[in-house]
Amino acid sequence: MKPAIRNAGYAFPQQRVTVNLAPAEVPKEGTGFDLAIAMAVLRVADASLRLDGMAFLGELALDATLRPVAGVLPMARCLAAAGIRTLVVPEENAAEAALVDGLSVLPAPCLQRCVEHLRGDARLVPAAPSRAPGEPDAPGCDFASIRGQARAKRALEIAAAGGHNILLTGPPGAGKTMLARAFPSLLPDLIGDQGLEVAAIYSLRGALRERPPISLRPPFRAPHHSISRAGLVGGGSGFALPGEISLAHRGVLFLDELCEFPRSHIEALRQPLEERAVTVVRSRAAVSYPADFVLVAAANPCPCGHLGDERGCSCEPRSLAAYRSRLSGPIKDRIDLVVSVPRQRYTEIFDERAEEASTAVRGRVEASRAVQARRGGALNAALLGRPTVAAAQLTVPARRLLARSGERLQLSARAFFRVLRVARTIADLGELDRVGEDELAEALQYRIELER
Amino acid sequence: MSPPAAPPPRFIVRHGPAWPVRLEHLGAPPAGVWLLGAGAPAVPSVAVVGSRRATIAGLDIARQLGAGLAGAGIQVVSGLARGIDAAAHRGCLDAGGSTVAVLGCGIDVCYPPEHAGLRAEIAQAGCVLTEEPPGMEPFKGNFPKRNRLIAALAHAVVVVEGTARSGGLSTARWAVDLGREVLAVPGSIRSPQSEGTNLLIRDGARPFLGLSDLFDAVPELGSPPAAVPADASAAGLSRPLAEILSAMGPQPVHPDDLAAGLGLTAPAMATRLTALELAGAILSLPGGLVARTFGRNE
Repeated sequence: MKPAIRNAGYAFPQQRVTVNLAPAEVPKEGTGFDLAIAMAVLRVADASLRLDGMAFLGELALDATLRPVAGVLPMARCLAAAGIRTLVVPEENAAEAALVDGLSVLPAPCLQRCVEHLRGDARLVPAAPSRAPGEPDAPGCDFASIRGQARAKRALEIAAAGGHNILLTGPPGAGKTMLARAFPSLLPDLIGDQGLEVAAIYSLRGALRERPPISLRPPFRAPHHSISRAGLVGGGSGFALPGEISLAHRGVLFLDELCEFPRSHIEALRQPLEERAVTVVRSRAAVSYPADFVLVAAANPCPCGHLGDERGCSCEPRSLAAYRSRLSGPIKDRIDLVVSVPRQRYTEIFDERAEEASTAVRGRVEASRAVQARRGGALNAALLGRPTVAAAQLTVPARRLLARSGERLQLSARAFFRVLRVARTIADLGELDRVGEDELAEALQYRIELER
Repeated sequence: MSPPAAPPPRFIVRHGPAWPVRLEHLGAPPAGVWLLGAGAPAVPSVAVVGSRRATIAGLDIARQLGAGLAGAGIQVVSGLARGIDAAAHRGCLDAGGSTVAVLGCGIDVCYPPEHAGLRAEIAQAGCVLTEEPPGMEPFKGNFPKRNRLIAALAHAVVVVEGTARSGGLSTARWAVDLGREVLAVPGSIRSPQSEGTNLLIRDGARPFLGLSDLFDAVPELGSPPAAVPADASAAGLSRPLAEILSAMGPQPVHPDDLAAGLGLTAPAMATRLTALELAGAILSLPGGLVARTFGRNE
């Protein structure tokens, strides 16, 4: 800091300067306090600098320029809540800080400009909060560009409508990844404070370069299976950073090649899938990050990848059983829909028939979400136990079908509730009050069976 | 309630009492066989053999054949292997018949391990038999030897499925040498599992299209049982569902392809598939395909 102040052309005070960062027991990390400390030091040297009611965030380079810092948005929110009305930040952090209501954000390129602003010589210009129009999704990620796959598309529509976790199985190259990447285009924009919430998490990770702070699109995260456990769920040495599951909060977590992920990583997803949040425990404190996402998983049906294909499966029964067991456990219990994605037929690829665009599907998804909001607020995927039955309002033929399927298909209790949840969403998509026989019959097609 | 303990395996010496006479037809009969079970090789009997990696259709055919033979009072001989053998044993047992499993390992060795239960059932309703000494592991070389015993014990051999190099074909060759009738189930020339059986037919084996073919070819089996409808699956189904069944061939098909052919949306297809599944007319297979069962639930 001394060199920075000197390089800016200011005199460092001659006395001993003590900087107190209170409260003492909270661990502090990072370089974001540089600017505030520097301003305080300069105030000591020059009492005419009025700092009251202002806050300063930013890292100081040796040449006194201001460098951006991670986590400005959540800090800005806290500062605003504490009564600060003016915040000086590095220019690159201005857009995110400007999202906070009631805060005047002054972007500054260097230390000198801060001082000049305070002296009244050259005022800094407040950043204007901008609300961009809904940005288009990445090209190639629309349902219209995927040929065929009617069943898989329908399952994804149901998953989008009710927030259900879904597993796509199929041979390599069948298009599971393409379908998964098109899935976010079915989801409605974030509402209310959700955009700010997501931006705050990205800010904390320093990941706002990947996602503009004003974006209202649900995030889409696709970590590779070689990611570390901390990278996936959060943690890391020192300050516990949010992981991929939190970056997917209010959006989609796509786990491609699910069976390649180490067992320990899958285990680590148990709590977040259950509680929609993750707690990272450190020796001095526990940090909780939100992790309310829709899980889209893709997996080969067997190690060689060709179970159910024309080519036929060449796996040994033992390795097939071992592979199946990897799909079990915490993940299997939380997946509401399983659908197979077959290899594309030649005729399908070159078929001229027009495919439905994502916007049409999204319209239906949004309508069904409005129904769910009216019914109880939460999405159908969050229904557990008895409330599921109450929400379903099964017709008499549907009850009969449920009983028959219990006998014939040997469904576990959990499987029953999963099927009901999905049937409820199907009914919502069809604008039906009650779950009927057809809705239940369709829902049964997407169930996971132990043998499959 | 546990089943009564099976009697211990006994060694039947050649030419001794209880020696299966048909083994004498071999040029080099074994010096003796180990036998485990309440029953013994009987006449008349038919061998049902085929691939370890059979198709769903093949397994179903083997199972139905085993059941049909049991119904006609004919003993089923096979090798306790995965796939066709197990399906034939299973079909026979479920229909209350008697079956013989000829092993390629010692009488005390359980191979394959997942057939332990099946083996025990076979010992109750027939017998398990081997010429290998106790403790002998299931080495590859034992199986061609074992196949000659299967061919010898039976009056005829039906090969349900097999690739060109399948063990079922070796059993068929032994049968020809022994003057037994060989029948083979024809299959699509596209299907690798039917390559062997189609070759057999080309080279002179009788095509097996149903039980009546077997009884026509092998007079020693007696008169054929009353005809059973080959396909009961469409009985009592509504018109739309029956139409879907007819649109499905015997091979597994993906719901999307089926729906496209019938002009149905994905949800409509899914609803109907559940109805057919609950009726027992179709099965859901690993990998998401569906296939006809040609059977029904009660």
